[in-house]
Amino acid sequence: MAGQAETLSFQGLILTLHDYWSRQGCVILQPYDMRVGAGTFHPATTLRSLGPDPWNCAYVQPSRRPTDGRYGENPNRLQHYYQYQVIMKPSPPDLQALYLGSLAAIGIDPLLHDIRFVEDDWESPTLGAWGLGWEVWCDGMEVTQFTYFQQMGGFDCKPVAGELTYGLERLAMYIQGVDSVYDLRFNDAVDDRPAVSYGEVFLANEQQMSKWNFEVADTDSLLKGFEAAEAECQRSIAAGVPLAAYDQAIEASHLFNLLQARGVISVQERANYIGRVRDLAKGSCAAWMQVNGWAE
Amino acid sequence: MGQTMTDFLLELRCEEIPARMQAKASDDLARLFTEQLAQAGLKPERITSYVTPRRLALIAHGLPGETQAVSEEFKGPRTSAPEQALEGFLRKTGLAKDQLEDRDGVWFAVVEKPGRATADVLSEAIPAIIRAFPWPKSMRWGAASETTESLRWVRPLQGIVALLGEELVAIEVEGVTSGYATVGHRFHHPGIITIGSAADYVEKLRACHVIVDQEERKAIIESRAKALAGEAGYELIEDAGLVAENAGLTEWPVPLLGHFDPAFLEVPPEVIQLTLRINQKYFVLRSADGKLAPAFICTANIEAKDGGAAIVAGNGKVLAARLSDARFFWEQDKKTPLEEHAKKLSRITFHEKLGTVADKVERVAKLARWLVEEGIVSSPPLPFRGGAGGGASRDTIAPGTNPHPNPSPEGEGLDRAQLADLAEQAAKLCKADLVTEMVGEFPELQGLMGGYYARAEGLPNEVADAIRDHYKPVGQGDEVPTAPVTVAVSLADKLDTIAQFFSIEEKPTGSKDPFALRRAALGSIALIERNGLRLDLIFAALQAAGQSIVDRRFSPKSDALSHAIKAVGKALDAKTGPAVLDALGQVVPQVLQPTKEESARGFQDLVFMVASVRDFFLDRLEVAMKDQGVSADLIRAAQIIDGDGGKESDLVRLLARVRALQSFIETADGANLLAGYKRAANILKKEGYDDSGAPAMATAESQGIAQTGEEDPLALVEEPAIAEAVAEMAQGQPAAASAPAPEPAESALSAALDAAEPRAAAAIEAEDFEGAMAALASLRAPIDSFFESVIVNDPEPAKRSARLALLQRVRVAVHKVADFSRIGG
Repeated sequence: MAGQAETLSFQGLILTLHDYWSRQGCVILQPYDMRVGAGTFHPATTLRSLGPDPWNCAYVQPSRRPTDGRYGENPNRLQHYYQYQVIMKPSPPDLQALYLGSLAAIGIDPLLHDIRFVEDDWESPTLGAWGLGWEVWCDGMEVTQFTYFQQMGGFDCKPVAGELTYGLERLAMYIQGVDSVYDLRFNDAVDDRPAVSYGEVFLANEQQMSKWNFEVADTDSLLKGFEAAEAECQRSIAAGVPLAAYDQAIEASHLFNLLQARGVISVQERANYIGRVRDLAKGSCAAWMQVNGWAE
Repeated sequence: MGQTMTDFLLELRCEEIPARMQAKASDDLARLFTEQLAQAGLKPERITSYVTPRRLALIAHGLPGETQAVSEEFKGPRTSAPEQALEGFLRKTGLAKDQLEDRDGVWFAVVEKPGRATADVLSEAIPAIIRAFPWPKSMRWGAASETTESLRWVRPLQGIVALLGEELVAIEVEGVTSGYATVGHRFHHPGIITIGSAADYVEKLRACHVIVDQEERKAIIESRAKALAGEAGYELIEDAGLVAENAGLTEWPVPLLGHFDPAFLEVPPEVIQLTLRINQKYFVLRSADGKLAPAFICTANIEAKDGGAAIVAGNGKVLAARLSDARFFWEQDKKTPLEEHAKKLSRITFHEKLGTVADKVERVAKLARWLVEEGIVSSPPLPFRGGAGGGASRDTIAPGTNPHPNPSPEGEGLDRAQLADLAEQAAKLCKADLVTEMVGEFPELQGLMGGYYARAEGLPNEVADAIRDHYKPVGQGDEVPTAPVTVAVSLADKLDTIAQFFSIEEKPTGSKDPFALRRAALGSIALIERNGLRLDLIFAALQAAGQSIVDRRFSPKSDALSHAIKAVGKALDAKTGPAVLDALGQVVPQVLQPTKEESARGFQDLVFMVASVRDFFLDRLEVAMKDQGVSADLIRAAQIIDGDGGKESDLVRLLARVRALQSFIETADGANLLAGYKRAANILKKEGYDDSGAPAMATAESQGIAQTGEEDPLALVEEPAIAEAVAEMAQGQPAAASAPAPEPAESALSAALDAAEPRAAAAIEAEDFEGAMAALASLRAPIDSFFESVIVNDPEPAKRSARLALLQRVRVAVHKVADFSRIGG
């Protein structure tokens, strides 16, 4: 595989970030074991950003966006990709400096590359959440979303958490200087064990999952699954197990995304579905506040 | 004052302020600072304010060291007043009784306010400014945010420098305290720098790679970008907004030029420009041939170690990926004909009560065709057919004639059937681009992309142009379409939006106009005026939304009522709004024979809708004309036609009348006639004659058609007595009794009226409003001499009533031309 050995491999990038954020006092978590659209959905962000307790963690979250699938034919768009997520609560006063330190750690020299904080406010209708912050540009490319959470699940964040979301593939493509995500060097060769490319790991996955998302997935069972997850979420909220309820909210959210990719949700219905998912997420957050004794 | 003056420096440093908010924040800081100081009686000689992404700064030049001592005097209760009153006064002033002065039995307090140190004033004022700062969006952060009461700022506030002269002004806001320290450029000079005073602030920061003056950064970006473009043999496409935005994103701006693959230039230039400007904030360049150059200028925030090579390469890569996306969309969208794209519009809701965008498109297509078939929109006349330029009217092209008036290959002089087909075709496709990938990515390219796609699939130019331009005119000063197909589609689109929303009672109120109906009306007025379109607003509104109301009201009988509406159309030979309403009132019950209540409701909805659409246009016309120096008075005077209180519903005719009226009242004849008219009107008013020119006679307007929604409008047409009265009133002449011998001035006025009335009537019929004004002008002298030599209020009742009748004739005659009572002055 092409690529200069002195740049970080894809996994080298992840390991470097893990090491860096670990040194900043973050709990290094593993990905959440459910299908989610973004790292923010991980309960380590959504639920842990609520309440007064300090919380610092970092993790990689595989993220699925069915409608972004391109059957492996587009060099930049994937239906499955990795986000690197850092959450620090309360937001430390030097969060920007800590973030820039992470860029230095992965080999981006800020006197060679143009790093900019460009206004970008964040809002997630399905999570009932919003925050203010920036998209961080490196030479005109968005590499990170930087957000100070103000509300989550409809609740004010007290205190505010700072959230960093790195697009790992994009960042790696930049560092390695490749034009196609599939050409990324996933690891480095060691002795006679060769380096593997991102394409070797994920191309077949993109091809097959794009086809499944857009063409194969059975819409009836998706619809039934949505209803079932919705019901289970509400039952779990009533039973006082918000963590379990939140799992079902995540499930419903992903099934909704799949239904959209299958093109069976009309524009009018779309708002309705988003509202239903938001109710589940908010309900789970409310129950979480309740069982922790934070509700007012 | 004799005090030495000092400069004050304030720097509020925070994480990156959004570029779009910086200019206003800088102004707000200066304003709030001035206000706060004024409250303490301080006024700096001048204020300089600076803003960068990371700091708001202000230097107040020439502040005194202390505020002036002031002595304030308060008047208190009488010395004889009860004890409580005095106690209250003492509490208010903070004085003891022996400090008060007794002046003629009233207590006076003189409160001496000593001067305060300016530093003290500042250390109170600055926190107040920070807490009250009007950011468009603000946030909480950090450990303090465990309560929602914590300080809010646009992004976390990091530091405060506040120096009066060289002295630190102590300031503390929620844990942020003032000091001498700030920071330089984020990467070039990450350490702390110490500021000595306002005098060294700008230069110390410059030495640390921060240009605090936004104007200087703008100038650097502009001149450097121009120079780079020139060196590469291109010309910079100037963009002040982009200059400001880049100045708001940098503390040390360094413009850099890069290139992109010329193959991308096959994508429409507007798409490339938007990609560069909006997505990447790059400047766009032009080649010597005037076309877009395959190059861009980005603005970095550093003096890069390698001279910017890596930055240019990185930006070039990002741009290439974006342009590939754009090219992909362009090619993808072209694979599907617009007609196919348009089918997907049935999945987009236009409004929950008004159906989908596909439904709207169907209506617009019908309306566009109707506008052409009615001759309201037509091709410019071919040279050999003569006639004035501009749009044709019903008068110049009779419906159904000229089946083949020599169509020319250029599209000029298309016959009506061809024009109608093109208008319908264009209307059906005009919204199709809303579902294309490109417009999904760049919504601001709606219309424009449809035009490109239409041309790419080989549709006629008229159709492509109409799709491209049908949103026009968007605002004041925007180009107003004149191509007939475009005019038909554009006007149909706007009329549909207005009439449809009015039909479901979604009208603009106050500052709320969520569906931009006012803009649509102004756009329609511009189209009508620019193209001289002879359009009866009543009839147009009926055409645009009548059927929808019928469908909603009379679902089982819609055929019958729609037949009724067609019958109204046929019956409609007259040119004025009231005639349409009358025709409607007669035909609807005949054809439909519904229950009275059903008919009343349906008819009422129709009448209310059409009348309120017309009134809305008249109201918007006042706004539009104000900018052209025409007062609302004149429009109101000219819109009352035929002396019967009905309103004009043909804007072209109305404007002609307004212009004639405006010129007329500026003449001596006009001004005098207006004075004579007013005198006559006042006398008539005293005598109990109402404004319509008839004693105590009801007018159609005062019957309340479409005015309040309370009355049953059918009462108007089902009551023959009223119809008769209306007709009689329009005649304007209650039969006069046998008259006593008139004075010469009476006879002269009467004779002048005999001559002027038919002249004015004929001129109005011919829409020669200058002629009508001239006819009125002939009344001026006889009216003047009438008032000079005749006393109206004659003791002899017969004389008196004959003179009143004469004055009433004057008023009626004037009202046939314009309602002079509406003109002020």
